[in-house]
Amino acid sequence: MPSPLLILFRALAAALFHECLTSHAMSLELREIHKHFGPVRANDGITLTVEAGTLHGLLGENGAGKSTLMKVLSGFHSADSGEIVLDGKRIELASPDDAIAAGIGMLHQDPLVFLPFTVIDNFVLGSPGSWLLDRRQATDELAGLCERYGFNFDPDIPARLLTVGERQQLEIIRLLWLGARVLILDEPTTGISADQRAKLFATLKALAAEGMSVIFVSHKLEEVADLCQRVTVMTRGKVVGDAELPTPPERLVEMMFGQVLDTHERDDVPLGDSNLKFDSVRTASGLLSEEPISLDVKSGEVVGIAGMEGSGQDTFLRLCCGMRTPTKGTVSIAGNDLTDQHYREFLDAEVKFLPAGRLEEGLIEGLTVTEHFVLTDRDTNFVIDWDAARKRSEHLVDQYSIKGTEASTAESLSGGNQQRLLLAMLPAKLKVLLMEHPTRGLDIESADWVWEQLLARREDGTSIVFASADLDELLRYSDRILVFFSGRIIGELEAAATNVDEIGLLIGGRKAGAEGIPT
Amino acid sequence: MSGFLNAFGQMFDTATIASIVAGASALMFATMGETISEKAGVINLSVDGSMMLAALAGFVVAFETDIVWLGFPAAAAVGVAVALLIAFANIKLSLNQVAVGFVLFALTTELSRFMGNSYVGRPPVAVPAWDIPGLSSIPFFGPVLFQHNLIVYLSYMTVIATYLFMYRTRKGLELQGIGERPEAAHARGILVNKLRYFYTALGGALIGIGGAAFSLDVKLGWSDRPTRNLGWIVLAIVIFGGWHPLRAAIGVLLFGALQAYAINLIPEFPSLSQVLPSIPFPAMILALVVVNWKALLKWLDRYPFLRAILRSDPPTAIGTPFEVD
Repeated sequence: MPSPLLILFRALAAALFHECLTSHAMSLELREIHKHFGPVRANDGITLTVEAGTLHGLLGENGAGKSTLMKVLSGFHSADSGEIVLDGKRIELASPDDAIAAGIGMLHQDPLVFLPFTVIDNFVLGSPGSWLLDRRQATDELAGLCERYGFNFDPDIPARLLTVGERQQLEIIRLLWLGARVLILDEPTTGISADQRAKLFATLKALAAEGMSVIFVSHKLEEVADLCQRVTVMTRGKVVGDAELPTPPERLVEMMFGQVLDTHERDDVPLGDSNLKFDSVRTASGLLSEEPISLDVKSGEVVGIAGMEGSGQDTFLRLCCGMRTPTKGTVSIAGNDLTDQHYREFLDAEVKFLPAGRLEEGLIEGLTVTEHFVLTDRDTNFVIDWDAARKRSEHLVDQYSIKGTEASTAESLSGGNQQRLLLAMLPAKLKVLLMEHPTRGLDIESADWVWEQLLARREDGTSIVFASADLDELLRYSDRILVFFSGRIIGELEAAATNVDEIGLLIGGRKAGAEGIPT
Repeated sequence: MSGFLNAFGQMFDTATIASIVAGASALMFATMGETISEKAGVINLSVDGSMMLAALAGFVVAFETDIVWLGFPAAAAVGVAVALLIAFANIKLSLNQVAVGFVLFALTTELSRFMGNSYVGRPPVAVPAWDIPGLSSIPFFGPVLFQHNLIVYLSYMTVIATYLFMYRTRKGLELQGIGERPEAAHARGILVNKLRYFYTALGGALIGIGGAAFSLDVKLGWSDRPTRNLGWIVLAIVIFGGWHPLRAAIGVLLFGALQAYAINLIPEFPSLSQVLPSIPFPAMILALVVVNWKALLKWLDRYPFLRAILRSDPPTAIGTPFEVD
């Protein structure tokens, strides 16, 4: 039996805890945060204010620098320069410990729980307290918090048995228990069900109503619009705008993808025969399973693919080259049915895919430029003629203006030069070239150069299909633009006859003239 | 067939059981040390060599000073030094724990041979026997458990202390956390690498004490390669024990029983006297195979309680350095 004094103490502690929750709200200011990794400026002078008691969205495409910023704020990374001000006081965050002490709690995209440990052990691990673990008391406190937020856990089962959504809930109440006043959620809706998402959103709204500051990091526009009161948009390491919500989604899209300055200035190439043909293609489940896709891309045509990241563009491109096989429908290349064939057969049919992960999927770390060319060569000789390979490599390095030498390793090249290398590795003759984010991370000069090379290939009848997050790029170089939204093609536009507003609406899931965001 | 049974029957003799209990002290210390180190994420592969060099250090100090107890801190210091080298190489230099541990095994083994040369055959110094008053006169349990020496009692207390520390204290839970998912521990404000140094060193100290228990208690005196590969068995027992101190302790006793059984078999099968003492080693491998047998584990999934006792998943982050970027 606990003593009466202990009971009184606990009641007092609980009252104080509640007092904190309701009255002591904190406003948070980030001033001129800079953080770079090597040459990459992940955060380039970020200034941001989060008012107490608000749900603040941080919106941006993958790689915009959102996660880096939040890791700085939670003490995982230390910023190169800049200030973090909490309630008017400047704070230093050298480690996650400092952040927790300051009342900043972070929920990571993949909740950082210990999978084989029980729920209660996960709850208490890292909490301050006496040497001996009082699991019973911790269980009581966990139960109290669960009741308050409508969660339900068996404290004695291993966390491995919890769903990702439940692991998040456990982390959230653990952070609250530790006294978090600012809660950061990094892409929390990845991998959880719609039910759990609804529950999460309800919890976050309740927390904000209690005075908590919640920062909701996402690349999903509709979720931010649905949940948050304010939003800050980041692109390429910089804040490009903020807004009170609700605001028209096309405004946010414009912030995310940039304004289009000049449109459509390129020579048209007469279109030829069909190069890539989809006939009622669909997948078994998930993305692209709802509506069959039929499509015909002519030789010399450039088709742009727009949409929020993860709306089905990846699946679509992989269906085009045999990396995914459709469950229904046929895929033909230049009139030949290649459905169910492997990527190798597509390569033989002169189809080539350049994925977004240049160093992950496109190039091989540790191998030199020459070795890459040798590997790409479909030469059947058993012994490599290195002298000839080096000569050819030097020639290509020169021709494609790769800043490096034939002996440079792939990872030592900058992003732009890696892309140049990938282009140099393309076979001379191609029917279909598929690309993801062909100019992501490149400066304007390199990007222009890349497109010059790509457009020149149309003369030989190559069709280009590319996904991009840059509306300017899509409008400028495409003949046709397909807009993907939540796993289907929501619109098909003639590039010459459309504008950024129309695409923006579609990317946000809304057809022109229609009301509301479909779910 | 009757030979096997005869030898088996002799196992239940009070004196045999008492000798198994007493003889386990060295492996008990070392197994607890290795379990702690691996729980924190650092494999100390040098155990066999560490134990040997520590056994020598313990013997030399005890022999020269004629105070047997001084041998133990000396041995612990040797164990700590080797363990810290492994931790440093892994944490600071990001070198592979297995490679560094193996090289250190070879180094410490040769060092102990070379430096111990002049001590071979010297008269032994032994930990004095000490019967626990009262308890030692209980029939059967007295001779089996309470008629040994302080080092034997301490080795069993270390097992219980390790268990209580790991599962009943906040620090013990943190120890498990840094070996399981260091980034999650880091996110909770735990100083992962500092603790890894600490627990590797603590584990090394216990391995060292195990070495001294060897030369000052179990197998008195100094000879060439005195551990006879028992250090390697520690690594197997830690796995067999599923990184759990109590299960590992049972593993040590089972191994001791196997050794005793093999020795009992010698009079029954004199022609196999060269082969029989090595039976416990393949038997350990067999035990590991059984414990990790997929079909058995699958069957066990239906009995969560049994599965919880028998499952042996290693700490997830074992062997991998943790770097804060």
